[in-house]
This record gives sequence, C-alpha cells and structure tokens, in this order.
Amino acid sequence: MAINTDKNSYTVIFAVIMVIIVGSVLAFFASGLKPKIDENVRFEKQQNILYAMGVNNNEGSGSVDFIPTTEVEEEFAKYIKKQLVVVGSEAKEKDNAYLIDVQKELAKVKSGQSAELPLLVGEKDGKEYYIIPMYGKGLWDAIWGFMSVDSNMKVQGVYFDHKGETPGLGANIKQRFFMDDFEGETILDGNSYVGVTVAKGNNDPLNNDKEDNQVDALAGATITGNGVTAMIKESLKLYKPYLETIRTK
Amino acid sequence: MALLSKKDANLILDPLADNNPITIQVLGICSALAITAELKASVVMAVSVMFVLAMGNVVISLMRNIIPSKIRIIVQLVVVATLVIIVDQVLKAFAYELSKTLSVFVGLIITNCIIMGRFEAFALGNGPWKSFLDGLGNAAGYGIILVIVGFFRELLGSGTLFGFKVLGDPVTKTGLYSIGYENNGFMIIPPAALIVVGIIIWVQRSRNRSLIEEA
Repeated sequence: MAINTDKNSYTVIFAVIMVIIVGSVLAFFASGLKPKIDENVRFEKQQNILYAMGVNNNEGSGSVDFIPTTEVEEEFAKYIKKQLVVVGSEAKEKDNAYLIDVQKELAKVKSGQSAELPLLVGEKDGKEYYIIPMYGKGLWDAIWGFMSVDSNMKVQGVYFDHKGETPGLGANIKQRFFMDDFEGETILDGNSYVGVTVAKGNNDPLNNDKEDNQVDALAGATITGNGVTAMIKESLKLYKPYLETIRTK
Repeated sequence: MALLSKKDANLILDPLADNNPITIQVLGICSALAITAELKASVVMAVSVMFVLAMGNVVISLMRNIIPSKIRIIVQLVVVATLVIIVDQVLKAFAYELSKTLSVFVGLIITNCIIMGRFEAFALGNGPWKSFLDGLGNAAGYGIILVIVGFFRELLGSGTLFGFKVLGDPVTKTGLYSIGYENNGFMIIPPAALIVVGIIIWVQRSRNRSLIEEA
C-alpha cells in the first residue's frame, strides 16, 4: 500500500469517512426496526394492564402467563372500555392514554406542573376495574406496575415489573406468590387511602386478613418491598381526588 | 476436515479447549457470570458474541492495511459498537422477552475483552478468512463455557432447562421434589457462576497437566 497511514490528514479523513458510513448503517437499521420494537413495547404494556385486571392465561399457582402477543391487541380492545386522563378530581377520555409515560408525568407533578395521569377503566363480567399505573424506585433501579381496584377500593389484581432488582430476591416482585397476595386487599383505612403495605412484621403469612392493608414481605428484599409500598402510596395520593368520586360509599 | 486445512481447523478447535478464552485466558468472565442463570440466555449470548466477533474480525482484517495506527483502538471500538447495536436492535425487534433478560449485557459485549483481544491480536495481522475462523472459534470457546455454566445453574437453581421443568414441579411437589429435593437458590446468583467456572478450570487442568502454569 502506497498510502502513508501515519499522516495526520489521513487519520482525520479516515475518521470522518468511518463515522459517516457507520452512522448511515445504524440509522438504516434503527429506522427499519423501530416500528417492530415499538409494537413489542406496546404489546407488553397491554399484556401488563390486562394482567392487572385478571385477564391472563394463568394456570394453577405457578408462573405468570400473559395473553399471547398475537391476541393481546384484540383482547385489550375488548376489555378496556375507557382510557382516561385524570387531572385532580376531573377525568376526560383520551385515546391511547395507556401509552402515556407515567415516569414523565410524575416528574411534572413533582416540579409543580400540570400533569396528565392515565387511568384505564376495564370491564369484565359486568364488573368495572379501575387500573392505576404506578412508577417508583426499588433498590437498584426503577420499578413500575399496574394495580386494578373496584369501586369498593378493593384490589382486584396487580402487576409489578422492575428494571434491575436482585434476581431471586427483589426481582420476585413480579412472581405470582408475591402479586397474588394483593388480590382482595383494601386500599382504604377508614376514609384515608393508605394503599397496601409490604410488611415484614405482618403476622399473616397466608394473607387471610384482607382488611389490614398489608401483604407479606419478601425475605431479603426489604428495600424493594418498601419501594413497592411507597410507589402505591404515591400513586394513590395523586389519584385520590378522582377515586373519591367513583367510590361507592 | 477436507474443507479446511489443518492450520485453519486449529484456528477453530484450539479456543474450544486448550486455548479457551474463558478458562485458559480468563477473558470475558464478567458476562459469563452475569447472564448464565438461564440456559436460553446463555445460548443467545453465545450466538450474539459469535456474530459480533466473526463479523468484527473480518471487517477489521479487511481494513487492517488502511487503519491509521494512531486511532487503531478507536476504530476497533467503533466496529464492535456498531455490530453490537445491530444485534441489540434485532433482538429487541424479534426476541423482545429475551432482550429484556439480557438487558444491558448485550450492550456490554462492546467491552467484552475477548473481542478487543482478538481484533488486536489476530485480525490486525491476518487475512479475512483466517480472521473469520478465529472469531468463530474463540466465540464458540466462550459460548461452550457459557452453555455448560448455564446448564448447571438453571438445572440446580431452578430445576428447569430452557424453561422446561425437568425435575418436576416445585410447587405441587412432583418428580424429584416429592422426595424432598429443593432448588438451590444460590445457583441463581452470579457468585455461583464463578464456582462453576472454577470447577471447569479445575477439571480441565487436571485432565491436561500441561495447562498448569509454573508457580
């Protein structure tokens, strides 16, 4: 090769050309695959929401089984009757409210701006489910989830997920044995919205007492559990004015 | 092998055993610890690394005469990063569940020492075909350890293989569980991988004494 690869000008030109080529290759891939990736993210959200209102393929008491991605869009349209955004005690319908990024809205609330908090109304077997999206932090990273309540403010189902909790410990918040405990718990204590506490000193490991606002904590995952408790409390604080209007007294 | 000359065949076969990147050169340990709790993740990681390493080796080898030596390492990084981003996007589009399990570790292929090591040590000095074989061999050597570790960790830790319950159901107590067997939760966490890798190194060195370094 006759080119002097040690010259500065050559190095600069090489770098520029390389960046242009690499940039276009990546842009090509990113734009080609983006619709498919977005679809996957959307399907996952729909699966999680339906899971929280008890629409899933769970069998027995073992693993979490969602509605398959091939059917989820249809099922979502069938069960989710209204998609609302809640501002204070008012709620108005908005298309695809479930796609709203809850993390961003919560950040807006914190900084005092007006936020649009999504709330989904589902209907199954003639019964209404109010599905509240939640977002909080666990031990290592973000945790989020959905909780459905009925008009008596009893939890009908939850779904939790996390970005990077410890496998085998905090990561178990997305396991059936943890999530199933929430079913039937009330989020009310008298008239205040206290949510459901993930409690260590809860003398009720079989979770027979549904009025105590407590579920049994995960051993070795105290901070993740506290994160779940805080996440539920925070969300309820924001949704309380609206929930108050739909609650049967 | 008629397809490959003996020398070429050794490029693939050597890293599988006597010059294995993980057990002999002790490279790429970080990802071997992190993602081997499940067999499926191990296999996908192995395939991803194989793609990145083989393709990257070829690209670097083709460019070896025109790469300015001053920015050699940066060029190598750019090549790996590009390939890794492509793998990441393809996984997100076609194997979404799996891409969530592997999460950051696909991105961390960029920093996998095996890859930069092979670029620097082999691809910069050899032709594309040889580099391709070298990449394939080293990634396979890495992959084989990942799969072995993944096999034991998933089997002993969760009682499953590829998600199938091979030892019975721990909740309803069937199969092995009916006679009191319990899953070993320790196998799920990363330190267990270190122990399994350690055992593999021990077995390998006691079978082939020439691998033992002088103290």
